[in-house]
Amino acid sequence: MVFLGGQVLPGNVGRAILGPFADQRAVDALNHTLGVDRPLLTQYASWIWNFLQGDMGTSYIFRSPVAPFVIDALGNSMKLAAVAFVLVVPIGILGGVIAALNLNRPLDRIISLGGLSVTVLPEFVTGIILILIFGVWLRWLPISAAWPRDAGFFTQLYYLILPSLPLFLVLFGYIARMARSGMIEALDSDYTRTAVLKGLPWRTVIWRHVLRNALLPTITVIASQTGYLIGGLVVIETLFRYQGIGSLIFTAARGKDFPILEAGILTIGIVYAVATLAADFLYSVLNPRIRLGTDQ
Amino acid sequence: MSATDSPATSPAPGRRGPTAEVFFSLLRSGTFLTGLGIVLFWIACALFGEHFVPYDPLADDIINALASPSAEHWFGTDQIGRDVFSRVIVGSRDILTVAPLATLLATVAGTALGLFTGYFRGIVDDVISRILEAFMAIPVVIVALLAIVALGTSKTTVIVVIGLSFAPIIARTVRSAVLAERELDYVAAAQLRHESALHTMFVEILPNVIPPILVETTVRLGYAIFAVATLSFMGFGIQPPSPDWGLSISSNYGMIGGGFWWTVLFDALAIASLVIGVNLAADGVHGAFND
Repeated sequence: MVFLGGQVLPGNVGRAILGPFADQRAVDALNHTLGVDRPLLTQYASWIWNFLQGDMGTSYIFRSPVAPFVIDALGNSMKLAAVAFVLVVPIGILGGVIAALNLNRPLDRIISLGGLSVTVLPEFVTGIILILIFGVWLRWLPISAAWPRDAGFFTQLYYLILPSLPLFLVLFGYIARMARSGMIEALDSDYTRTAVLKGLPWRTVIWRHVLRNALLPTITVIASQTGYLIGGLVVIETLFRYQGIGSLIFTAARGKDFPILEAGILTIGIVYAVATLAADFLYSVLNPRIRLGTDQ
Repeated sequence: MSATDSPATSPAPGRRGPTAEVFFSLLRSGTFLTGLGIVLFWIACALFGEHFVPYDPLADDIINALASPSAEHWFGTDQIGRDVFSRVIVGSRDILTVAPLATLLATVAGTALGLFTGYFRGIVDDVISRILEAFMAIPVVIVALLAIVALGTSKTTVIVVIGLSFAPIIARTVRSAVLAERELDYVAAAQLRHESALHTMFVEILPNVIPPILVETTVRLGYAIFAVATLSFMGFGIQPPSPDWGLSISSNYGMIGGGFWWTVLFDALAIASLVIGVNLAADGVHGAFND
C-alpha cells in the first residue's frame, strides 16, 4: 500500500510538469522579445541564474532594478486575488451544492443560468457595469483601487471589493458548475446509496461521503483557473488603475520594457506552477484513495 | 453535413439521428432561437447599420460633446461629440469580422491537429499533446501581449493570436472523438483497402466527428468575442477610429467618475448581449446534438 501511494503521488506532481512549464513560458517570452537568432540558451541560462539570485535585470524605462517593481506588484496582485478567492471559493461551492441539492428546481435554474451568463462576460464589461452601479450611481464604493497612502487593512479591503467583483463573477460560474456536477455524480453513486441504506443520517452522508468526493474535481478546476485569473488580473488592474503584476506587464508591453516584461511573465509562471503543485497536494490530501495508501 | 447520414456505427459523443432531426430540434429550442435572434440582430447592424443610423459614427461635433441622452442623441454623445447610438450600432462590424475568422482558424488548425494526434497516437500524440498543453496554460491575454509586442497591432495579429490560442482546445476535443472513432470497423475497412492515412483521417473519420467539432466551434466563438473585446479594450485589438465597443469603452471609461455613464454603458451592454447571444446559441447546438 505504501508503494502504491508512493507511485501515485509523484505521478501527480510529475504530471503538472512544473519546471518545464515555467521554462517553456520564459523561453517563449525570450523568443518573442529577443529574437530567436541569438544564442538563446546561454543568455537564458545566465538570466535564469540571475533571476534565481534575485537579480531580475534593469528596467529600460525606470532605469532602476526590476525586482522591487515586480515584488511590489506581485504583493498587490496577491491581495486582489486573495479577496476574490476568499469570496468566490466558499460562495461558488455553496452555490453549486445548493443547486445540486435542488436539482432542476427553480433555485438550481437560477444559480446555473445566472452563473453561466456572468461567466461568459468579459471582465471589463462586468467591471464597467459594476463601477457604474456601485461607484457612480450609488457611490458606495471607490471607482479606483488606488487607496490613499498608509491606508490600513480595512481601508485597503474596502478599495479592493469592487475590483474583485468581476473576477468573482467569472469564477463563480465555473466553480459552481463543477461543484454542482460533482455533487450530482456523488449523490447518484453506489457509496452514497450504501451510506443511506445503512442508516446514516442525511447530514452525515452529505458531509462525510458526498462532499468529499464531489469537491475533488472542483479543486482541480479552481487550480486550473489560476492561469485564467492572471489573464483577468491584467484587465482588471488596468481598468481600476491598480498597481499589480497585470498592469505592470501591460505597461511594460506597451513601453517595450523587456526586462520588466520578462520578469513579470516568469513570476506569473512560477505562481502558476506553485498553484498547480498546491492543488495536486490538496487533491492528494482530500482523496481517500491516495491517503489510504500512505496511512498504512 | 452528410456526416450524420452515414451508417451510425458509433456512439460518438452526441450523435443520435440524421441531420434533419438535429435541425428541427434546434428550431424547437428556445435557447437557440433567442441566441440566434440576438446574433442575427448584430449581424444585420454590422451589414446595414451605417445606412440607417442617424449620424455618421465617426463624425465629431465638439460643440455637442458629452451631451447626455436626449431625443436628438438617444444614447448621448462622447467626448468629441460623436453620436453614441450610431457608434454602438455600427460598432458590431469589426468584432463580427475578427472573432469568426479567429474561430475559423482555430477550428481548421485544431481539427487537423486533433485528427493527427488521435489517429496516430503514440509518440506523435505524446509530443504534440504536451506542447499543446503547455500552450493552453498561458492566458490568451499574455500570449497576445507578447505577440503584439513582437509583431505590432493589426487585425491579422489578433486573428492569428486568438486562432492559435484556441486551436489546442479544439484539438483536444477532436482528438478524444477520433480516439473513439478509430476503433470502429469502417476505419479498419479503410485501412484494409490500403487507403492512405490522410484519406482515412479526412475522408473517413472527419465526417463522423463533425458534431463535436460544431459544438466546440460555437462555444469557441463566444470566447473569441470575449477575447477580441478584451484585447480591444486593452488597446491591443481593433484600432481607432473604429467605433468598436471595447475600444470605445477604453477611450471613455476614464471619465465615468465625472458621471458620463452613457459613453460606456451602451457599449458594455452591446458586448454583453452579443456574448450571451452566442453562448445561448452554442448551448442550443450542444443540446440539439446531445438529446
